[in-house]
Order: sequence, then structure tokens, then C-alpha cells
Amino acid sequence: MDEGFIISQSDKRPIYLQIMEQIKQRIAVGDWTEGQLIPSIRQLAVDLQVSVITVKRAYLELEREGVIVTQQGIGSRVSSNPGLGMRLQEQELQQHLEQAIRISALLGIRPEQLEGRLREALDKIATKELV
Amino acid sequence: MTDLAVSFRGVGKKYRYFTLDKIDLSLPQGQIMGLIGPNGAGKSTTIRILMGLVHQDSGEVRVLGRQMPGGQVAAKWDIGFASEDMRLYDSMTLDWHMSFMRSIYPSWDESYAQVLLKRFGIKREQKLRGFSHGQRVKSALLLVLARRPRLIVLDEPTTGLDPVARHEILRELTSAMADESRTILFSSHNTQDVEQISDRITFIDRGRIIDSMDKETYLDRWRRLRLEAPAGIQLPALPGIIDVKQTGRLAVATANAFEPELAQAYERTGARVQQIESMTLEEIFVANVEHSRFEQSTEEVAA
Repeated sequence: MDEGFIISQSDKRPIYLQIMEQIKQRIAVGDWTEGQLIPSIRQLAVDLQVSVITVKRAYLELEREGVIVTQQGIGSRVSSNPGLGMRLQEQELQQHLEQAIRISALLGIRPEQLEGRLREALDKIATKELV
Repeated sequence: MTDLAVSFRGVGKKYRYFTLDKIDLSLPQGQIMGLIGPNGAGKSTTIRILMGLVHQDSGEVRVLGRQMPGGQVAAKWDIGFASEDMRLYDSMTLDWHMSFMRSIYPSWDESYAQVLLKRFGIKREQKLRGFSHGQRVKSALLLVLARRPRLIVLDEPTTGLDPVARHEILRELTSAMADESRTILFSSHNTQDVEQISDRITFIDRGRIIDSMDKETYLDRWRRLRLEAPAGIQLPALPGIIDVKQTGRLAVATANAFEPELAQAYERTGARVQQIESMTLEEIFVANVEHSRFEQSTEEVAA
């Protein structure tokens, strides 16, 4: 039984994306390491109480992104790809930045204003935490 | 894997006030199908035909390789069926019901039954009379699951249950699917349950199947596009869009055959695409029923 995966109903994204993200987080923080065998599709579906096809979709997309490798009859592993954890954290940062850009577009904030806001936020956190 | 546990071809049934209209359905072995639709859409009739309890007027029904209704007696050894109106005897204990099932079905798995008693928190020595609705539903499901049938058919298994009981039922259904040769078909109004656990979705409304396909493909086809139209322009419903609601310059378009190309097509009309959102099955359900009723009514007017 693989505890800790949370499928949220208030999260607007499809379930397969939530599964993908949580697998990536596990790899990013090093809980799942390169080459490690991960649960079979059917097993994870049973554990998460979601349909097999949803987990299959998540695994297919993760394979396409090079995060995991699936071998017929053996199972799926975290791909042995040096720097994968770093790359995934990098991707996560990119997603947050894009999200910020989308929200500011909805609020009618101009790109230069957004730049200013980002600098302000940086200064604020730098003085508080990083020093 | 491509073996079909259930297949319907052109199945029809006419009643005085309701017609099931040439239903086609296929459910591969090893999958869960959720049957959804409004009240009176034909879900229970479909299930009853599948079980051989109601005989179709036309069309072919095959269940686990057997022709129905002819093969119903043989098929029933392999099918576990539970519905709301299933008869449990109030004056008898759950234990009596369990012994009864055990005496009929050689496949009865007593140790699994005990595990289920524990997980469901129900007592075998208690008479059914004292059971709550939730406890009755769980008892009925226990009596079905412990037989370890190859096909499990459930009519509204989660209706009227509290969240904890619902969760327990869904957990047992998904656990049962650890066995790849098992197949489940269940009907529900609860789109959240269907979205969570089913591999295939079948939509029924007014005796017709509106859609039947694998869930991921299905959810992927539906999107909500939030658009900003140029001043004074009414945005059109492009191909793949079933509905556009516009107030002033802001419009929401609902797609049932989404392609990224659609967003570009709207931009070519001068609109700005603000956001593309995926939809929950609940939202799809409502949009789909409204759309198909609208189409049906325009067909009737045309005819």
C-alpha cells in the first residue's frame, strides 16, 4: 500500500494530472530514486481507489516525458536519468511562473508591472528569510 | 484482454410510456463501467435486460459469452447483482443470509466475507430489521462480493449513503478490480463516483445512449473556453462547440470535441482566448443532457 497520494476533488485538474504531479514530486524530493521500481498500474489504481485507465493515462504521459520507463512484463521504473529530480523542480518552477502570468493577465496587470511585483516580492522575502 | 464481458447490439424494448432505443454497449473484461443518466433514462431497464430479468424485444445481448435471456440461468453463477429492491429478509440475521448464499454458491469465500464484515462494521448475528440503509447496502454488497463473481452488476450502489459508507463501498469495488479478470458495471447519479472509479462511461438519456467510451478520452474531449469577443461581435459556435453563451464581450464556449486548433480558430475570428478549462463529469453531464434534448427537440420539430 502506497500511502500519501491525495486525489483532491476540489482540485480542478483531471485526476491523471494530479497523479502525475505527485509522482514527480516524489522523484523531485528523492523519495523515489532513479531506477526504482514503482507500483504497477493496477496496484496504484487499487491503492488510490481510482480507475485503472486513469493511472494508465498518467503513466503513459510520464513515460512520454521521460520521467518513468515501462518494460512489458516487468513494470515501471523511475528513469535512470541524471538530474531528473532537478529537472522536475525546474519544471515546477516554470509552471508556477506561467500560472502567475496567467492570473496577472486576468487581472489586467501589464508585463512591466508584473516584473515590478516580482522584484518587490523578492526583496520582501530576501530581507525576511534569506539573510 | 479484449474479451467482452458484456455486449449489447441494437437492443430495444418498448413500454407504453418508455422506449429503450437500439442500445449498443460493450464492456471489456477487467474494466469498470459507470452508467449515468437522469432518473427514468433507462439505466435500470438496461441492467435488467443484461441480467435477463427483462426480455428485450429486439437486438442481441451477450454476457460473459452467453446469449441473454436464454443463457441467464447459466450466466447467473458468474454474475453478482445487487439493487435497491433486492430482497433481504428482515426477520433473519445477516448470518442466515450468508449461510444461504454459501449453500447455493460453491465459490463463496468465507474468509473474504469475514474481512468484509470487519471493514464494513456490520454484525452477522444481527437481524436485518435493525439495519440502517447504509448497513443494508453494505450487507447486500457483501453477499455479492464474497461469491467472487466474474461480473458484478450494481444498480445505484451509493445512492442515499453517507460519505463514509460511500467511501467504503468505492474502496471495496476498486479493490475487487485488483483481479484483472473481474468486471463491474454500475449505475449512478453520482457523477463524482463514476468519474473516480470507472474506466468506461456510458451516458443514457430518454432511452438512448448519448455517449459510450473510455473515460479519459471522454473527459479529454470536453472543455470550457473563456473568450473575449471584439466589441459588437457575436461569437459563432464553431465545429466541435455545442454551446456559446455570451453576455457583452465575455463568452463561454463549451466544446464536446475539443482540439487545440479550436482555440486558434476563435482567435482568427478576432476573439481572445482567456482560458481553457477542463470540465468535471458533473458539468459534462448537465451540458450533454441539455444539448442532446435540444437536438432531439429540433429533430422532432423538423420531422
